[in-house]
Amino acid sequence: MAVAKRPLLRKTMRHLALLPFLVFALFPFYHMALTSLKQDKELYDRHAVPLIIRQAPTLEHYSKLIWETEFLTWTKNSLLVTALATTASVAIGTVAAYALARLKFFGVSTFGTGIFVTYLVPTTLLFLPLAQVVNWLGLGDSKWALVLTYPTFLVPFCTWLLMGYFRTVPKEVEECAMVDGATRIQALWRIVLPIAVPGLVCAVLFAFTLSWNEFIYALTFTSSSDQITASVGVTSELIRGDIYFWGELMAGAILGSVPIVILYVFFLDYYVSGLTAGAIK
Amino acid sequence: MAAVRADEILVPRGRPRGTARLSVWLDRERILGPVFVTPALLLLLLLVAYPFVMAVYFSLSNAFIGRPSEFIGIRNFVQLWDSDAFRQTFQNAFVFTGIAVVFKVVLGIVLALLLNEQLWFKRMIRGAVLLPWVIPTALSTLGWWWMFNSLYSVVNWTGIALGVMDPPGPNWLGQRYYAMAAVITVNIWRGLPFFALCILAALVAIPKELYEAAEADGAGANSRFWHITLPLLKPVLAVVVLFSTIFTFSDFNIVYVLTRGGPINSTHLFATLSRVLGIDTGRIGEGAAVSLYLFPLLVFVVWAQLRFVRKQAY
Repeated sequence: MAVAKRPLLRKTMRHLALLPFLVFALFPFYHMALTSLKQDKELYDRHAVPLIIRQAPTLEHYSKLIWETEFLTWTKNSLLVTALATTASVAIGTVAAYALARLKFFGVSTFGTGIFVTYLVPTTLLFLPLAQVVNWLGLGDSKWALVLTYPTFLVPFCTWLLMGYFRTVPKEVEECAMVDGATRIQALWRIVLPIAVPGLVCAVLFAFTLSWNEFIYALTFTSSSDQITASVGVTSELIRGDIYFWGELMAGAILGSVPIVILYVFFLDYYVSGLTAGAIK
Repeated sequence: MAAVRADEILVPRGRPRGTARLSVWLDRERILGPVFVTPALLLLLLLVAYPFVMAVYFSLSNAFIGRPSEFIGIRNFVQLWDSDAFRQTFQNAFVFTGIAVVFKVVLGIVLALLLNEQLWFKRMIRGAVLLPWVIPTALSTLGWWWMFNSLYSVVNWTGIALGVMDPPGPNWLGQRYYAMAAVITVNIWRGLPFFALCILAALVAIPKELYEAAEADGAGANSRFWHITLPLLKPVLAVVVLFSTIFTFSDFNIVYVLTRGGPINSTHLFATLSRVLGIDTGRIGEGAAVSLYLFPLLVFVVWAQLRFVRKQAY
């Protein structure tokens, strides 16, 4: 009771209890950033304190990464693949979700279950046969293979997320429009989609994040350094034999995360709502 | 266009023509529904269902890269079961998933309870807590790789400085149990936000009146947690655990980047072993068989989700 009477103290205790969680969550990023800014001689000095920068910080690792590796090409590939896969998946997912949430037709519930099941199929179950499909299509070692295959996990995700949003749009709004002479497609385009914009933003953000983060397909379907994405490039091309360029590796990991962090800072609330919507709504 | 025009000739006078007729036709739910789901359906049939059938076929054949394959029945599955590497992987998958999921549930509940209280900088704290989940896993795992580095490990440096480790500290990625502890730690780090935020969403939905009534009846904080919070969280916990079990069990990125399955297969999971066999050594049949060991778990989780959780929806 003594504690309960002093709300400020209680509040401070709560923050102290959160501190280990915050350190756990953020320390790896702090350490990555630190490493990427350290001069090599401090980085590889086993007696130096690794938690801070003592000597002058340097951008040398970043400039080496950008000018002496193909990092920019990998980033361009990531952007292209992500943009195309996201656009296609959100479009396909939107119409499918609308049909599943609103229309009655033969097979609707079977298809709904099918979407849910594919949503749960891990990419690691399918990468081997998909690699063969990709080769047969003549897309082996090409970023186009990724544009083609990323929708296999993005479409179920977008459909599932958007179905929930479409269900929250009252049917009456749409029916009114149709009574006034709009067709269903017009009602969808002019009435339902504008109302569902938060859901669409969420779908775009998540599709973008998921395809930017995708690793096993990119690793398996592409290998030439002009076709790979940023994640694969940084993880496999910056290591030569037994020599690790830790400064460049950490700089690459930081820069490769930047597009997602930018989106994240601006759309934090969408990320929070989308994270839970996919699983528990 | 040709089809529409041919139709047009048959249209009796007085009915809408051309594109107008098409839109009337599309306005029927029985027609528009299938039209709208066709792109998704084709995609999933060609790039999920078909590859899945292929995976089953590969697993029953001696498929080897660049060579015609023959049907060999379940020999791959039997051979795998006899191999030490596979048995080790099988055991690893359960240890890895079991420990990681238990930690994620417990820490997730604690973190969610803390986040549900009044806080300064609430948004920033939530943002920070979610961050590990958003950053590309392969890249953030590189950061952990550096933190566990055998010579320059900051984990060991800190442990020694705090006096909890004897110098030089464990060689995290080079010794079997330590390597497993390392990959589990990174998995918890990456998956915790998902648990915390899903549980938080459920906590927010619990009516305040329940707590007030319990408090009026003299229930302490502990008994309020065990008798109100936990029972009401159960449905969400069940869903989150099922979801996470699949994705933890089939994890690839963390192990691939941190240990490549080593030392001596002690951290291999199904996905990483499947890749080594199917891609690196070209034994597609065996690789497919390994990844299909994920399938029974998938069936179970889907069944459980449909049976208990989504009963009302589908």
